Amino acid sequence: MTGEVAVLGAGMHPWGKWGRGFVAYGTVAARAALADAGVDWRDVGSVVGADTVRGGYPGYVAGATFAKALGWQGARVASVYAACASGAQAIATARAQLLAGLADVVLVVGADAAPKGFFRPAGGDRPDDPDWLRFRVLGATNPAYFALYARRRMAVHGDTLEDFAQVKVKNAALGALNPHARYRKAVSADEVAASTVVADPLRLLDICATSDGAAALVLSTMDFARRHGVADPVRIRAVSTVTPTYPNTVLDLPDIATDSAAAVPPGERTFRASIAHAAYEEAGIGPDDLSLAEVYDLSTALELQWYEDLGLCGEGEGAKLLRDGTTSLGGRIPVNTSGGLASFGEAVPAQAIAQVCELTWQLRGEAGGRQVAGARVGLTANQGLFGHGSSVIAVR
Amino acid sequence: MVAQWFAGEGESFRLLGTRCARCAAVHFPREDDFCRNPGCGGRELVEVALSRRGRVWSYTDGRYRPPEPYVSDPELPWEPYTLIAVELEAERMVVLGQGAPGVTVADLEVGMEVEVVSGVLHEDADTVWTTWHWRPVGVTA
Repeated sequence: MTGEVAVLGAGMHPWGKWGRGFVAYGTVAARAALADAGVDWRDVGSVVGADTVRGGYPGYVAGATFAKALGWQGARVASVYAACASGAQAIATARAQLLAGLADVVLVVGADAAPKGFFRPAGGDRPDDPDWLRFRVLGATNPAYFALYARRRMAVHGDTLEDFAQVKVKNAALGALNPHARYRKAVSADEVAASTVVADPLRLLDICATSDGAAALVLSTMDFARRHGVADPVRIRAVSTVTPTYPNTVLDLPDIATDSAAAVPPGERTFRASIAHAAYEEAGIGPDDLSLAEVYDLSTALELQWYEDLGLCGEGEGAKLLRDGTTSLGGRIPVNTSGGLASFGEAVPAQAIAQVCELTWQLRGEAGGRQVAGARVGLTANQGLFGHGSSVIAVR
Repeated sequence: MVAQWFAGEGESFRLLGTRCARCAAVHFPREDDFCRNPGCGGRELVEVALSRRGRVWSYTDGRYRPPEPYVSDPELPWEPYTLIAVELEAERMVVLGQGAPGVTVADLEVGMEVEVVSGVLHEDADTVWTTWHWRPVGVTA
């Protein structure tokens, strides 16, 4: 186990399609988190930005971009890119600085202004880039990979289209209760079934949208939190940023093939399962201790996969867990109380930070109509392109 | 566009990968510099033809036109294509590829045997870009 850090503040810019730049969104979220923490920006010792690579040149220097927008005050700065896990790596960087004594208070910011339609690689001919290759050679979009997992679950575990639709129904109902979510209305199973097929067997409402959005956290040492008058803050107890273990035998974005298991047998856990496992080990807790989880529901079917990868149930039992209400609000382990990506959409550098914002509000008892009664321990899980793991455990 | 990923004509068409001379790990797309097995690090990688047949691990299709760099003619209506992930038994790996023209998701089942065939990814007045396709065994097109 490592030491804990305090979450003093959490903030977001509402998600949607707002037509502004990522800097504006991130600055709104940062100011909200600072206000929530009751910390003056000039007292922040370090700022860590999660990068967007579609924002042009400023996106590559996200930390300093936000520092400039908030007003230069001399803070230490870092910027990180890990695709969808960028936010978790930003939190990990901030935590390492706090635990090492390099700063007392760190601001973490992630923001994006996403393009419409499918995500795509940056321009130019780049046959040495696996992300470019999967589009050029196969036309394999992100939903195509989500659909491969979904079809595999149907064939191996007997999941049905109705099971997938019920994930959307659950998350949309929760998103309707979240003022930061992009989509704030209930969705019925019939509406999911009536939406057009994007990549068989998945329909438009099985797949998350792309969004603009931003999220920010103010993290501090436990000493600073006490001096600041916060005796019992939400605390981050673990941050997992693991990579896969060779051979990685699950076909993942953006790969054209898996590793071969011909020379080395596969390990005990798949990559996704190893992400949560590392967080559990670091926090010294297990799945039975969780009050809630925020998982990366790029597609409805993928949320069911996470139930198993987090150890909430056995392999192949994800749909059963959903059907019996275990992962709904009021169930034993509510999942995606924020409404998930189903309700937010993807704003890549912000989403892993947004997950921790939701844990923070839940653990403080400030989640309003979507509050999990008596929440004490929350976990986030996420996965970034090119082998980036992401999981955070927060406690109160 | 991608050099030496496949070779041959007709019945002898094969995907090409590389195999580490030290540990026998197979790599596709080919790895020519270092073996990716963390316990090996061998530098002698030998070109190897992958198994011609495998079994469907999963499959899907693309009902919407993918963005660039996928090449398609925006003047023509979009024709969905299939994508098939295939488990190769000897190599113990899964390789993704487009289905052969005319193969739809209705023709596929997880576990079904498929074989690799040569195909055309895209062509214009000057160039034909060839690729590999997966096709259910017993189907000829």
